[in-house]
Amino acid sequence: MSRAVLSGNEAIARGAYEAGVLVASAYPGTPSTEILENIVGYPEIDASWAPNEKVALEVAIGASFGGGRAIACMKHVGVNVAADPLFTLSYTGVRGGLVLVAADDPEMHSSQNEQDSRNYAKFAKVPMLEPADSQECKEFTRLGFDLSEQFDTPVMLRSCTRISHGKSIVELGERVSGLPAPKLTKDAPKLVMLPGNARVRHPLVEQRIVDLSAYGDGAAINRKEMRSTKVGIICAGVVYQYVREALPEASVLKLGMVYPLPHNLIREFASQVEQLFVIEELDPFIEEQVKAMGIAVTGKAIVPLCGELSPGRIRAAFAKVGLAEAPAAADSITEPLPPRPPNMCPGCPHRGLFYTLNRLNAYVTGDIGCYTLGFMPPLNAMDTCVCMGASVSNASGIVRVLSPEEQRRVVGVIGDSTFLHTGVNSLMEMAYNRVPATIVILDNRITAMTGRQENPTSGYTLKGVPAPEVDLAELCRVLGIEHVRLIDPNNLAETRRVLEEEMARPAPSVVITRRPCCLIKDATRFSPGPPLCIEPDKCTGCKACLRLGCPAIEWLPSSDGKKGKARIDSLLCNGCTVCQQLCKFDAIIHQQG
Amino acid sequence: MNDKITNILLVGVGGQGILLASEILAEAFMLAGLDVKKSEIHGMSQRGGSVVSHVRFGREVSSPTVPEGEGDILFGFELLEAYRSLPLLRPGAEVVVNDYRIAPPSVLLGQAAYPDDIPARIRARFPDFLLVDGLHLAQQAGDVRAANTVLLGAVSKRLPIDVAVWQQALEKMVPKKALEVNHKAFAMGRAL
Repeated sequence: MSRAVLSGNEAIARGAYEAGVLVASAYPGTPSTEILENIVGYPEIDASWAPNEKVALEVAIGASFGGGRAIACMKHVGVNVAADPLFTLSYTGVRGGLVLVAADDPEMHSSQNEQDSRNYAKFAKVPMLEPADSQECKEFTRLGFDLSEQFDTPVMLRSCTRISHGKSIVELGERVSGLPAPKLTKDAPKLVMLPGNARVRHPLVEQRIVDLSAYGDGAAINRKEMRSTKVGIICAGVVYQYVREALPEASVLKLGMVYPLPHNLIREFASQVEQLFVIEELDPFIEEQVKAMGIAVTGKAIVPLCGELSPGRIRAAFAKVGLAEAPAAADSITEPLPPRPPNMCPGCPHRGLFYTLNRLNAYVTGDIGCYTLGFMPPLNAMDTCVCMGASVSNASGIVRVLSPEEQRRVVGVIGDSTFLHTGVNSLMEMAYNRVPATIVILDNRITAMTGRQENPTSGYTLKGVPAPEVDLAELCRVLGIEHVRLIDPNNLAETRRVLEEEMARPAPSVVITRRPCCLIKDATRFSPGPPLCIEPDKCTGCKACLRLGCPAIEWLPSSDGKKGKARIDSLLCNGCTVCQQLCKFDAIIHQQG
Repeated sequence: MNDKITNILLVGVGGQGILLASEILAEAFMLAGLDVKKSEIHGMSQRGGSVVSHVRFGREVSSPTVPEGEGDILFGFELLEAYRSLPLLRPGAEVVVNDYRIAPPSVLLGQAAYPDDIPARIRARFPDFLLVDGLHLAQQAGDVRAANTVLLGAVSKRLPIDVAVWQQALEKMVPKKALEVNHKAFAMGRAL
């Protein structure tokens, strides 16, 4: 059998392939994105991007109802969007197996909150598996499909950043064969969730959780590892790895299924150790259930509620109760170092827009994407950011409580992909209720933040097949927006003029800034302009160009008491010319030769 | 091979090719028959922010992340980020750093100074320190973009893997047309 070093996401994709999955659907979201980007490498699977997670899950549900195995993948906050179908899918159950992957982001490396997806499994009354490395990602994905069909339930698979983006060695297997061929089957009492049918289904859902708990008591994925009986630890997922490293002598009950819990196995383990602990990231999800069983256990009293765990943090927690040695104090650097936060790329088409919004003193309701970096200095041009699509509806809400003067300052900004994700409904609301806000759709022709995924405006599918392009301007018009303007955000004068006009207008309006993302690799869709440079003799040191915060422009302080000068790094410059338009002294020119 | 796990940290700035370098390391350890895990963050931090990739190998590796203060080898792609990461290392760790600076935003804006004498400051804490002129050597190898491979060559000498395995890993992970330059860059780094 061949072996490979795979990320958790690659291994989930491999597991879906080996499980005989026919349909995979997702909306990109860190840390889940690469699952679909790897599934697309298996031509047997119909893999595609959906405009949002609700649609992705519903596509998977449809495929399951048709009798095929299907997977939907999303980041933790994506499950909020997909929650509506999830809760009723729990009642219908499946025909072909269905796995929903939720990738959590403890520590919020690339997220707006760190909600714990395990609560969804309990809330929706569906089983949840949690792998601890890439090998388990593959195995648990496969097992998820078997359990889904055996217990007539969707199965959630919970990953997290350290699992999805961690790599470890995986033994590869073959794709299963002999699964029943999909075909239409009428089964209204199971699949039509009207009250009369749903009332019959609900008790089945409750019994299913009891049955799954009993399954978990004997399942190999829930494993007791008996070592010293002084300390016993219940844990799952990547935390198991941290526990093994931090407390190698402790006995461990490693749960592969984190909901429902295997009650008998937990009681047995608890009776075999002197002191019982639950170590888990984020919520006291297992701890509260073990306490509800009447078992004495320690968890969040010593383990942090917020952020990621690590072997060091676990050692520190156990040192507090005298059960481990405190980790040695790490060597520290005492002098302050300049921080290195993320920044928009050189030549990013969003930069000129945010510069202009800053100059116009706009109050910007923001959204989720690269452009959220418009918040950073020196642009400082974002005032709110809640969730996908919220920029539009937040703008619509905020103007209702403002004076006409302040209303004009409100601008919602949303990316092309985010607009199609959940901004369309919001804009429909704004148009319908004649709310006089201005919305800017930053149309950079790609889903940039998560690594340049195609979307319904980009003209291509996940498989790279040409696709119809949503005409954003036409879409806004048919939603009822009368004033729709299309501009090039790298043209600062035009950007400022159009924004001033639309902000002053006492009616709903949309400005679409169209310019491809400079990370797009396909030269037919984006090619950089010739790099610029600064003529030192002409640069007066006025710092106007520095207000853009472009990583290619650097301030060179003078050593001899005179004024410093700006310099452009030609290796980084993408030739967008925005800085050139700001220079009143014509000091920024194209490089000679 | 004993039970000791070796912890490597690759640090630099988003966009410098750190993930590919860590993939080559992981591939080489697997090819050498060792257990290996690696971990890093994608997404927001990749837009020019600080990046730390963890690679661990040994007979059996549990955690995919290196516990703080237990790094054995620091593989730095940029001076300030290498310096910032020193608290992740154990005393006596080995440090290999590219002699290259990328100014962070506050320095670009003239609001802060890029710390000077970073190589000397690193050496004061970690005497086993190698400063590599990666760009210059890569140019000599034929392509400035092979700077990471020069660094990888320098790091490889500190790891218990045959040169043939490294070459095999390069062949698997580097595009064919860039392979010759990368083999050369690797050899130049290994010779340092």
